[in-house]
Amino acid sequence: MRDVAVLGVGQTKFGELWDRSFREIGIEAGLQALVDAKLSSHDLDGLFLGNMASGALIDQEQIAPLILDVAGLARSHLPAVRVEGGGASGALALHQGYLAVASGLYDFVVVGGAEKLTDVPDATAAEITSSAADTEWEVVFGATLPALWALVARRHMHDYGTTREDLARVAVHAHEMGSKNPLAHYRNKLSLAQVVGAGPVAEPLGVLDCAPLSDGAAAVVLGPMELARQHTDTPIRIAASQVACDTMAVQHRQEITRLDSTVVAAHRAFEQARRAPADVQVAEIHDAYTISALVSLEDLGFVEKGRAGPEFASGRFGPGGKTVVNTSGGLKAQGRPFGAVGVAQVVELVRQLRGEAKDRQVSGATLGLAQDVGGTGATTVVHLLERAN
Amino acid sequence: MSVARFWRETPRRYNLGGSKCTACGTVYFPPRAVCPECTHHRQSIEKMIPFQLSGEGEVISYTVVHDAAEGFEMQVPYALGLVRTPEGPILTGQIVDIEPGSVTIGLKVRATFRKLREEGASGVIHYGYKFTPLDESGIFPSARGSVVPVPARDSPTPDRASA
Repeated sequence: MRDVAVLGVGQTKFGELWDRSFREIGIEAGLQALVDAKLSSHDLDGLFLGNMASGALIDQEQIAPLILDVAGLARSHLPAVRVEGGGASGALALHQGYLAVASGLYDFVVVGGAEKLTDVPDATAAEITSSAADTEWEVVFGATLPALWALVARRHMHDYGTTREDLARVAVHAHEMGSKNPLAHYRNKLSLAQVVGAGPVAEPLGVLDCAPLSDGAAAVVLGPMELARQHTDTPIRIAASQVACDTMAVQHRQEITRLDSTVVAAHRAFEQARRAPADVQVAEIHDAYTISALVSLEDLGFVEKGRAGPEFASGRFGPGGKTVVNTSGGLKAQGRPFGAVGVAQVVELVRQLRGEAKDRQVSGATLGLAQDVGGTGATTVVHLLERAN
Repeated sequence: MSVARFWRETPRRYNLGGSKCTACGTVYFPPRAVCPECTHHRQSIEKMIPFQLSGEGEVISYTVVHDAAEGFEMQVPYALGLVRTPEGPILTGQIVDIEPGSVTIGLKVRATFRKLREEGASGVIHYGYKFTPLDESGIFPSARGSVVPVPARDSPTPDRASA
């Protein structure tokens, strides 16, 4: 296995992109990443595309060859593979691209993530995305994704004394960061009172505890580290790429308040990179719901179990804190185009590690972590990225 | 959800038909074909037998849903809970016959057979379990709903577990 580097990144605006098709956003991100990597399409060996539900959302399957075709690359006859893992589809595609390059079988690949959620009504999009939970034993009984996370939240509050305000602070932070990201779905700031006072979705979670349904695409170009300097002065090494899975349904977890897929994926990633959570300066984590962010901070190993609420309140994860989370605005403010999320997280980390994150820059960041979660935690993908000197 | 897809799970959803591993004794709901608790889990293959839950349990977490799942729009706000059964499995279901805001962790409940949702005006009606509170004496307080599981039409077969 050889070292793999991120050579280029690209991302569309996230949001309700009524005037743009899946095809358009898919190639925009990919072409940006190719240009950024100073690579010609002739150099490519393959395309991996993360997407959760194109069949249900845009009545289109075989989207990997479709994007290849729209990008003008059909005659290259490159292998193009779609990867699905619910909301973790993007990072799962990245893992596949990583394996392909690390193995030596491919040299340069594009990994994209794209989702188009606004071509169907909101309620339909919510129903389709809830299929990342167990449709036969959760959804059929009246569960939704926010309701399942609310069950986690209520139990977390009961067991650890986490408060409504602890949850709300996650959303306030996300919007503070999102306000500095020109690609973010939401750029408005929120007050604690606004989040707490917003209409309920599934108590204790309100509208502003939940990430939006967004359109968007993101892409990265990967290549072998030994060739990276030909393409960029600041190659970002993938220090770890790890996947872990768990039960589909919350009801079957060993602990309701613990994401074992995250615990295990993080453990494997830190082992692979021979690093520890304390070494991470920037992290993009799963704040699809405010509770999912708190639980993730615990299960990634940043804080002791049950302590994420108070630690978040102390500024541990904010600007100037030990580990700054979701400088992109996270899923909450940057947006949540399901299959694009995991790739966009890595795009943000690359910008941070290159020192190109402008107003959002965490000074001196050298190690970043991305955590992408499918459903309520059936899949977690953790990547560690490192600035190579 | 297609008619066949819902229909084939009715023995489980109507009767709380789970499975039990005869190698280690662990009970599952919905039934599993293979036991995750057995260290060498292949040893449980063909050793999973049907097992019916009593329907009793205790709420270990809950939420009040305001933004409903499809087909549940007319029921909002409704309480949804995780119910731990004395046999071991935890079930996800609505908690009814109580004000949604009065549900608490620790509430003792019992499964009851109810209509879950309709698929539009002409679609199939889904039935299954919901949970209703037991009062302090352990007696089912509501006159509505059946506490007696409907007899199984056929035996649950473990090889259809969690399809």
